[in-house]
Amino acid sequence: MTIKLKINGAERSVEAEPGTPLLWVIRDELKLTGTKFGCGVASCGACTVHVDGEPTRSCQTYVEDVEGAEVSTIEAIGDDKIGAAVQQAWKELDVVQCGYCQSGQIMSAVGLLKETPKPTLEEIDEYMDGNACRCATYQRIRAGIQRASEIVEG
Amino acid sequence: MTVNTSRRSFLKGAGAAVAVLAVGIDPKGALAASTSEAGTAITPFVKIYADGTVAAVIKHFEGGQGTSTGLSTLIAEELNMELSDITFEMAPSDTAVYNNLFFGALQGTGGSTAMANSFMQYRTAGAAARDVLLQAAAKDWDVDVSELTLANGVISGAGKEGQIGEFIATAAQIAVPAEPVLKAPEDWTQIGNTQKARRDSHDKVNGEGIYGMDIQLDNQMVAAIKRIPQYGATVASFDDSAAKDVTGFIMAKALPNGAGVVAYAENTWAAFQARDAIEVEWDLSKAETRSSDEIKQQLLAAVNTEPQWQASETTLGAASTALEGAAQVVEREFFLPMLAHATMEPLSATIAATEDGGVIMYDGAQGPTINHATMHQILGIPMDKIQVKTLYAGGFFGRRFNAGADYIVETTLAFSMTDQTRPVKLVWSREDDLAGGWYRPAYAHKVRVGLDDAGKIVGWDHRVAGQSIAKDGPFEAFYVKDGVDISSVEGTAENPYAIPGMHIGLTDAAPATTVNYWRSVGHSHNAYVMETMMDVAAAAAGQDPVSFRLAYLPGDTADQKRKADVLKLAAENAGFGKPLPDGHFHGVAVHKSFGTYCAQICEISIDEDDYVQIEKYTAAVDCGVAVNPDVIKAQVEGAIGFGVGHIMRDQITLDGGVVVQQNFPDYEPLRMRDIKAIEVHIVKTNEAPSGIGEPGTPPAGPALANAIAASGRDLVTHLPMTENGVEFA
Repeated sequence: MTIKLKINGAERSVEAEPGTPLLWVIRDELKLTGTKFGCGVASCGACTVHVDGEPTRSCQTYVEDVEGAEVSTIEAIGDDKIGAAVQQAWKELDVVQCGYCQSGQIMSAVGLLKETPKPTLEEIDEYMDGNACRCATYQRIRAGIQRASEIVEG
Repeated sequence: MTVNTSRRSFLKGAGAAVAVLAVGIDPKGALAASTSEAGTAITPFVKIYADGTVAAVIKHFEGGQGTSTGLSTLIAEELNMELSDITFEMAPSDTAVYNNLFFGALQGTGGSTAMANSFMQYRTAGAAARDVLLQAAAKDWDVDVSELTLANGVISGAGKEGQIGEFIATAAQIAVPAEPVLKAPEDWTQIGNTQKARRDSHDKVNGEGIYGMDIQLDNQMVAAIKRIPQYGATVASFDDSAAKDVTGFIMAKALPNGAGVVAYAENTWAAFQARDAIEVEWDLSKAETRSSDEIKQQLLAAVNTEPQWQASETTLGAASTALEGAAQVVEREFFLPMLAHATMEPLSATIAATEDGGVIMYDGAQGPTINHATMHQILGIPMDKIQVKTLYAGGFFGRRFNAGADYIVETTLAFSMTDQTRPVKLVWSREDDLAGGWYRPAYAHKVRVGLDDAGKIVGWDHRVAGQSIAKDGPFEAFYVKDGVDISSVEGTAENPYAIPGMHIGLTDAAPATTVNYWRSVGHSHNAYVMETMMDVAAAAAGQDPVSFRLAYLPGDTADQKRKADVLKLAAENAGFGKPLPDGHFHGVAVHKSFGTYCAQICEISIDEDDYVQIEKYTAAVDCGVAVNPDVIKAQVEGAIGFGVGHIMRDQITLDGGVVVQQNFPDYEPLRMRDIKAIEVHIVKTNEAPSGIGEPGTPPAGPALANAIAASGRDLVTHLPMTENGVEFA
């Protein structure tokens, strides 16, 4: 079936079977490969995108369920003030190692800061619990979120 | 300027005609300069582009450990430029030029060797490039070279100034010095600089970094494999009729090696669905059918009998005699389960035909030579028509390099069974990854330590049993001596502690599955046992665990001194031995691996419901000259998390030969909440750089175990901890 999506502000028509995870439409059809496949069962957070501003695991979201919604991915998150701040903080602190989970970490971090502009360490740990990093860059992700909060505050 | 692995320049590919000067080692092993079009394989370490851009050519792939930054730093230093101004490109596969100097004729990354290998090689290439550029400018301007200097990409002197890209044509005609003068350590501005300037950071925070999983070639097919359910099984027959109902399904073919059935489809989701729909009848006549409990009992029985191999100079008889004369003997039996690497990026590689009748493979290649040879052997294509494009790897921890070259062979076989007109991308799911073999083997240890009246160690009988990683494989000659696979006992063997009367025995176990190198390899289990036993012995002697260890590191050798120094540094910074808040406990561990010394103090808290929380790790590391201190800190932070996460709660188990763990809920990764803080201290030294990717892993588990035991609880000797009486907050 043909599905109309709003991805990163642009209207895109894709051919996909109902029940196809949004993740695979984003990666294989729209060729936006910044959103990663890690587990397919919403256990690692590597596939996190925003649907109407809410961090969402795209591997467990059917493509037909987001028709008409605003979907944004790592490729466009820098257009958002908080998104740009998180990316800047990540670079300032050299958060990444292998980097494969970091798109998802950043998308979740932006979600947290939109909800809670100055999160405590406990709030960070709780919100980011579903985003796994096998390189264990967690110390720096935590510090990166605090730094991004400062950048946004100005 | 974006690096060449980013999407933009990646898609631009070799089409862009840019003049480039390349300085490196030519195929005959001499330093050489040449010009060419960008993308031409000219085997350099340094490239200078006409616009003045400098690129370091990185021969050790980037899987997060920081090689793209580390090797770039060496080039930037000698070219008198800032690390933040240099770019990098991954080297093509070419064993003659890019081989790992420790591995012989093999281009690859492993054993934490990247910096130890490259420290002189890349500085020399950078210095040679600097000298050649200065000579070129002198020639073009007709002045004496001694009047000129190079800094930040600009050559100046004799009243003139020009950016380096202007001189690359002349530079290519100048003989490259074989032994250029390197900058003196006191003149270094980039090596040892604490800046945070990872070269791969930009790409990885905006989604532009390209990993194997991200390859999207025109007209590519995606392949997923229905794999054998247990070790030793083969495909008897299969039925793909249900797969034909999957939109996008193309075809299914059995792998010629019997290891599974390949489903080909138009996209990844269709490939996974089609794969799941294929019905396979397996031949289980030669399959592994044991369960983990049975294997565990067999390993524990093995360490209670006479060992098969002797891995120490001291014999079992001598150690036994020493133990008989001891005032007291403490003993413990250990079991450490199989572990998966579970890289964040599931395995994936893509192969495509090239216009000249050859093939190219896109892969986060840990050993590009292996990709190269695999394609040559399976496809019969001449070596010079084969290319390997190395991409970012989404973690490796050893997984992407094994005796069977598993996913590389699979990708090539999957391509070989098609008409080879369409690119084939092989994709592993997380279930494939966790259940797909190539694990850290399971091991049992049994240790008996004898102490005299003064609490001094007089004898140590240490037995290890487990499946050998190297035996019967291509790396056997490298690892196995006199029957002992050093990767089974390293860390107990070759330990700097001066322990008298120490016997190490090894018994090989029958294969239960495919096994592989896993971050820190043998040290991952040997350090757990050695360092918890040092605490057991210290307690029996009634001594403080830090001073007890220091007694066996008298500093008679540099090895002992360096190990003692990191221990003291960590203990001092953590305030080891000083009062802690109620319910808080310290545990210590120190271990040498890959030429590097790392000590860690783990502080835990235990609440009234007995939940354990890791409050803080304080680490000290001596890895020789710290080329990029911040990358070193990051590696130690990550290695601690990787090491302790598995000790806490992970294991791969078999039920009737079939792997139980299927996805992350069954193999729970370390999460952010698990460790509240990590602090890393680096020893200042002029020793040559040694490894840093792995050495932070071995001490992390025993430091936690010793902290838990310090609370008065029993030492956890069977892992993972969560299956053996420990609950984490």
